[in-house]
Amino acid sequence: MVNIVAKNMDAHKQQAGKSQPFLVFDNVKKTYDQKNLVVKGFDMQVEEGEFITLLGPSGSGKTTVLMMLAGFESVTSGDIAIKGQSINRIAPYRRNIGMVFQNYALFPHMTVAENLAYPLSVRKVAKAEIDSRVVASLKLVELDGFGGRYPGQLSGGQRQRVALARSMIFEPTLILMDEPLGALDKKLREQMQYEISRLHEQLGVTVIYVTHDQSEALSMSNRIAVFNDGVVQQCAPPAELYERPSNAFVAEFIGENNFIDGHVQSISGDQAKVVTPGGETVVAMAGQGLTENSGCRVSVRPEKLFIHPTSHDHDNEVTAAFITRIYVGDFIRYYFRLANGSEIIVKVLNDLSAPEFSEGQDGSLMWLTSDCIAFPV
Amino acid sequence: MRKFPEYFTFWHIAGHYSLRFSAYLVLVFLMLPILVIVPLSFNAEPFFTFTEGMLSLDPDAFSLRWYQAIAQDQKWTLAIWNSFVVGIAAAILATGLGTLAAVGLASPWMPFKRLITALLLSPMIVPLIIIAAGMFFFYTSFNLVSTYPGLIIAHAALGVPFVIITVTATLTGFDRSLFSAGLSLGASPTKVFFDVVIPIIRPGVISGGLFAFVTSFDEVVLVLFLAGPEQRTIPRQMFSGLREQINPTILAVATLLVLLSIALLATLELLRRRSERLRGTSD
Repeated sequence: MVNIVAKNMDAHKQQAGKSQPFLVFDNVKKTYDQKNLVVKGFDMQVEEGEFITLLGPSGSGKTTVLMMLAGFESVTSGDIAIKGQSINRIAPYRRNIGMVFQNYALFPHMTVAENLAYPLSVRKVAKAEIDSRVVASLKLVELDGFGGRYPGQLSGGQRQRVALARSMIFEPTLILMDEPLGALDKKLREQMQYEISRLHEQLGVTVIYVTHDQSEALSMSNRIAVFNDGVVQQCAPPAELYERPSNAFVAEFIGENNFIDGHVQSISGDQAKVVTPGGETVVAMAGQGLTENSGCRVSVRPEKLFIHPTSHDHDNEVTAAFITRIYVGDFIRYYFRLANGSEIIVKVLNDLSAPEFSEGQDGSLMWLTSDCIAFPV
Repeated sequence: MRKFPEYFTFWHIAGHYSLRFSAYLVLVFLMLPILVIVPLSFNAEPFFTFTEGMLSLDPDAFSLRWYQAIAQDQKWTLAIWNSFVVGIAAAILATGLGTLAAVGLASPWMPFKRLITALLLSPMIVPLIIIAAGMFFFYTSFNLVSTYPGLIIAHAALGVPFVIITVTATLTGFDRSLFSAGLSLGASPTKVFFDVVIPIIRPGVISGGLFAFVTSFDEVVLVLFLAGPEQRTIPRQMFSGLREQINPTILAVATLLVLLSIALLATLELLRRRSERLRGTSD
């Protein structure tokens, strides 16, 4: 992974000299029924070689964006341009965009080799070159010798490798992936994540990836655009998305998060003083749009919380009643209840310092100001 | 013999055997008329009954003379020729049109889907005699009565519903993302249709075509109305043969038709298995 990031940083630097971004979405809107917008003004710029993930719950518009890019859905208004050229009026089969489908979409009546050869024979590539490229492509996805088999004779993971190979063999300008790992089981999914990252790194192609699985998005992408309700909530690299979510939706959607309701007492600089329902005062990073004397939600990740008597630097401390603890293996999850009844989860590494509590007993939870953000309600 | 559960009473067992008996009875009722004509067609005598010689299995009582009679009688050879020409042409026409209709009707953007489907399937439901009478009057204004094209078009119209039904059945299992995949790989919609859609729905297309052929092959009502002496088909010839020249030639033709039907049924069954195998491996 480190390698991939490094390589793409290079790609970014090279790209920085040119003014023209590789792929541009300019205020793209989509409606199916002329009343409700499914995509409400989507803007994004993608550099060549980037791995971009569109992440969001189902119905958030992410797949619609992908379909408009592929040309299977028309753009209601706005513009999509590749290398400065609008593709709105280019037929899907002339866009030279590779696509990987969730259900593989391999042609069942063709062998693996015939499936791979199809985009090349459509482009009238010479027979000898097709053969050598098919062999090379099978080698790339580690399926040497599977050319003569039919898709029905392959396992799910192998079919997805063939689908990947087929989407890349004709050297498309861009590769789209629509929840390509959705049909695989957990173990295969992780294996294929690695595989896709490896291919992306090796070939340096631009990938637009759609998923609702955040762990997939976090582990593979250069940047993630979080969709909700037809709007991009935040578009940022994985670490930034996780550490500095720009609003409560992103904070809640990415990873696990605790929310403490409160009231903003004062804001100074980028920090806000918040009074919790229990009457305690905590200091949090001020989220965008936060105003004084209004309600807010303070988000803090379960792994950033510490339970007294574990000694640790801390800025904030609240008291909460212990409910239960669940043994997960490598860590233990503690459930606490705040004065207003909302639950707080704390993740503690499973070592000798994991404290013991009896039900209803009060515990002190502590954390750093830099680890929590106050979002407006 | 099957072992019955121990709680079975006499009436359980009696019910079991009477159900079996009545099922066999129905099968015999269906098969006997067909089976009877086969030995009779080898009759050496010009009768429709089993002669004493046939019953005692005397080789001299059997002959192939009625089969030779088919080959020698110009009316029969013309009828066989007509049946195949009209049947094959009508089947090809019906298969082409029916496949296109089924593909169009399977599209999610097709307006008035139910109405159009009902119209296209109506030849299966509307009494043939009404279609025949209607076509006769319709054809007279186009000079299509007593012509090959007229008969072929009429039979194609009868065959289209079968093609639509079988092709629609295979299309319901068709994954539309295969079409999108074809487009994303750079093939035009027409090319994807012929390279991807047609090969996958081929079993449905072929069985629909066979149904259309059979429909034309044993159709007699439209032929009575629309065909002149030049366009007489096998069923039409049998129909007049029954009244004009009663001899076992008809039985010989019928036996040949039975063989043809068995061959067609076997083909359909093989196609069905093939499509099941393809579908089983495609998901």
